[in-house]
Amino acid sequence: MTRQLLTDNVYLTYVPSEKFKTSFLSAQMVMPLASRTAGLNALLVNVLSRGTARCPDMDALGRELDMLYGARLDPAVRRKGENQIFGFVASCIDDKYLSGSEKLLEPLTELMGEMLCSPALQDGRLNPAYVESEQANLIDLIRSDVNDKRAYAARRLREEMFAGEPFGVNRLGAAGDVEAITPEQLDRHYRAILPQVRLELFYCGSASAERAAAAYRRALAGLPRSGGLDAAVTSRRAAPAQPRLVTEELDVTQGKLCIGYRTDSPDEHASIVANAMFGGSSNSKLFLNVRERLSLCYYAGSSYDREKGALMVSSGIEFANYDRAMAEIAAQLAAIQRGDWEDWEFTGAKSYLLNNFRSMEDFASSLESYLLFQAVSGSKETLGELMEAVEAVTPERVMEAARAIRPDTIYFLKGKETQE
Amino acid sequence: MIVKEYPRLGEKIYRHRLSNGLEVVVASKPRHARSYAFFATRYGGMDLRFQLDGRWLDTPAGIAHYLEHKMFDTKEGNVLQEFAKNGAYDNAFTSNAITAYHVECTEHFYENLRLLLSFVSVPYFTDESVEKEQGIIAQEIRMTEDDPDWRVYADLMESLYEDSPVRVPVAGTVESIRQITPQTLYDCHKAFYTPSNMILVCVGNLDPEQVVRTAEEILPKESGPVIARDYGQEKSLLPVRQESRRTMEVAMPMFLAGYKCALEESGDAHLRQSIIGDLACDVLFGDSSPLYTRLYAEGAINGSLGGNFDLLPGAAYLYVGGDAKDPRYVFDAITAQARRLGQEGIDGSFYEQIRRASYGQMIRSLNSFENIAVSMTEGYFRRFDYYHFPEVFASVSKADVEAFLRENVTEERAALSIIDPAQ
Repeated sequence: MTRQLLTDNVYLTYVPSEKFKTSFLSAQMVMPLASRTAGLNALLVNVLSRGTARCPDMDALGRELDMLYGARLDPAVRRKGENQIFGFVASCIDDKYLSGSEKLLEPLTELMGEMLCSPALQDGRLNPAYVESEQANLIDLIRSDVNDKRAYAARRLREEMFAGEPFGVNRLGAAGDVEAITPEQLDRHYRAILPQVRLELFYCGSASAERAAAAYRRALAGLPRSGGLDAAVTSRRAAPAQPRLVTEELDVTQGKLCIGYRTDSPDEHASIVANAMFGGSSNSKLFLNVRERLSLCYYAGSSYDREKGALMVSSGIEFANYDRAMAEIAAQLAAIQRGDWEDWEFTGAKSYLLNNFRSMEDFASSLESYLLFQAVSGSKETLGELMEAVEAVTPERVMEAARAIRPDTIYFLKGKETQE
Repeated sequence: MIVKEYPRLGEKIYRHRLSNGLEVVVASKPRHARSYAFFATRYGGMDLRFQLDGRWLDTPAGIAHYLEHKMFDTKEGNVLQEFAKNGAYDNAFTSNAITAYHVECTEHFYENLRLLLSFVSVPYFTDESVEKEQGIIAQEIRMTEDDPDWRVYADLMESLYEDSPVRVPVAGTVESIRQITPQTLYDCHKAFYTPSNMILVCVGNLDPEQVVRTAEEILPKESGPVIARDYGQEKSLLPVRQESRRTMEVAMPMFLAGYKCALEESGDAHLRQSIIGDLACDVLFGDSSPLYTRLYAEGAINGSLGGNFDLLPGAAYLYVGGDAKDPRYVFDAITAQARRLGQEGIDGSFYEQIRRASYGQMIRSLNSFENIAVSMTEGYFRRFDYYHFPEVFASVSKADVEAFLRENVTEERAALSIIDPAQ
């Protein structure tokens, strides 16, 4: 793996690999997550992916990609800590699976560069028809998480718990903010950020580092540069003395119980292991007790955000089981704080984590997001160092890290009165 | 042991049939960190009526899925913990025609393989544990009932099929699973979890001889008989009803349309038909098709429009759906376009474009261990070699795809399932 500065505020991460059938590429812009710009940025990459000066519509773009043996080039909008990462991910099959001497990497990189630097314009501006149609789609997408009640409940908890913090901003923006964007405003935003924004490029595949760098250099020859914008440092806050309860009613048959915790433990590696034991692995305490032993729910799990110091529990329960589920989740956290576990739970959680980290090498997309997130958070820790650090965590450190985990907000989604 | 190289795909396969009838396949992936084992039986949600020890049994809807859940219980406790100690990730799924158990790891592969083979081949059920599972599965069923994607599919299957068990949800209903007892579970395990009805596929940087030795050591020496099943008498290629509608908490209307298709049950003809069906989908409503781009530009659809061609025992259908403000309008446009392509023909340069993209997609799918294992399994149960796809693909012509559309994707064969938002 290598990482190099390609030009002003533009970095290329290169990972050589012979094991994939495909090459994987990515070009991502990085900006602090803010409610003012989140919707603009999300809308921007969707509009840019509608057409370029050379391939001005979906027919032309689709034809170009199909002729490159079904290459893919898609917009992506992600959140990491309190940063928004938005741009394009692309992939194409490796040249060796083509019968002729055709090359796919160069034309695909070229197309990705065009998408970023030379979009389809009308009267010198981003095509207003594309802006309006992508605006409608993005609003639908933001609102459609109500279709998946699990995702909806997790989002609602995040909004409530991190209200007023960048961490609580939806990575796609708020539907109302997106609705208010005009084509002129989006065009101004695009021209304002393009020269300044930090750009993270990625390549994983069988091509040499020189070939990948040359392809990107050529594709981005037209990128204006006048440096400036960098990533934000994620902030932490303490949990309140008493957790807050938020209840909501929708026409559903199954309840969703989500609990947000905060931790101020500086021992991130021990917190990673504590989370895996609590609810972050397939044999966690939440899974084995709340689901398997007590049959209180169909799923129960947790995730830990290392930068933010936030731990989020998500579960699906019968409405009537609210009190029992709450008590049992609290009891399982307390068990970890006391060191009340069998030895295999501790070693199993570690093996689970190490297996996951090792497996990342087998997925170009996992490598991309891991290395990109490392670059954005400014961490210099390599995957190998992360594995060693997790391996070195002791039971005492897990207990201590778990004792720093405190409940902040409880979100309960239940059915309407007429339901059982 | 048979060793076969596929130079066009850069893949190598080892095959061996054990004396008890189990097919063992090892797909070599020498550069990967992960190893993967996939142990599958030709038994799924559709296998409700079958013959065991000379008598016909009718079993409750959802039993294959229920059995899958209960297999994780062993006399010693729950096998999940054994895998967890090795840092392995294991899971299982039940589809219409297959139940599969799989484990993935970066260490202790043969130990995990041993565990996988033994817990799947040795049933252990008690009244108490079977009853406890009712709560968990009832919750799972409730959760899917809240899921509009599942609902729109379940409604469509009920509209399309009259007698085929494909119309019954794989997980059953809260009511049907109440009829399940330890005895029915033992009967189903005996009937279907027998070596000659199963396949083991391993993918990774592995020693094929050791995989075979492990399977020989753990599994029974003899296989039970291959049993007869009844998939019903689906007499007609016409649907039972042409439209269903219901209201749910969704942001905008969503739909799923299905077209009943004639089917090729097995062999290269089956693989060929599935390739033709996939090409027909891409040509008709793929992301780069004229119809898709027109509907998208009109705002009639968003990026969620998609579909596929499904080939099941005794049932084949092409489906397409997504969010749409006016589902009926989109459905009519798709059906009209199929008629046009079937009658007037597909543009030659557009067909070449779709052919390339489709071939690239098949190569790309070989990145996934799961796809390889599922394709090998379907190939074995349906008697074709999946890695022959480049040759079979080359034999498909534009006229084949046109004929497929003309015969199958018609107004008469279609049913439309719609979910409207609650106000």
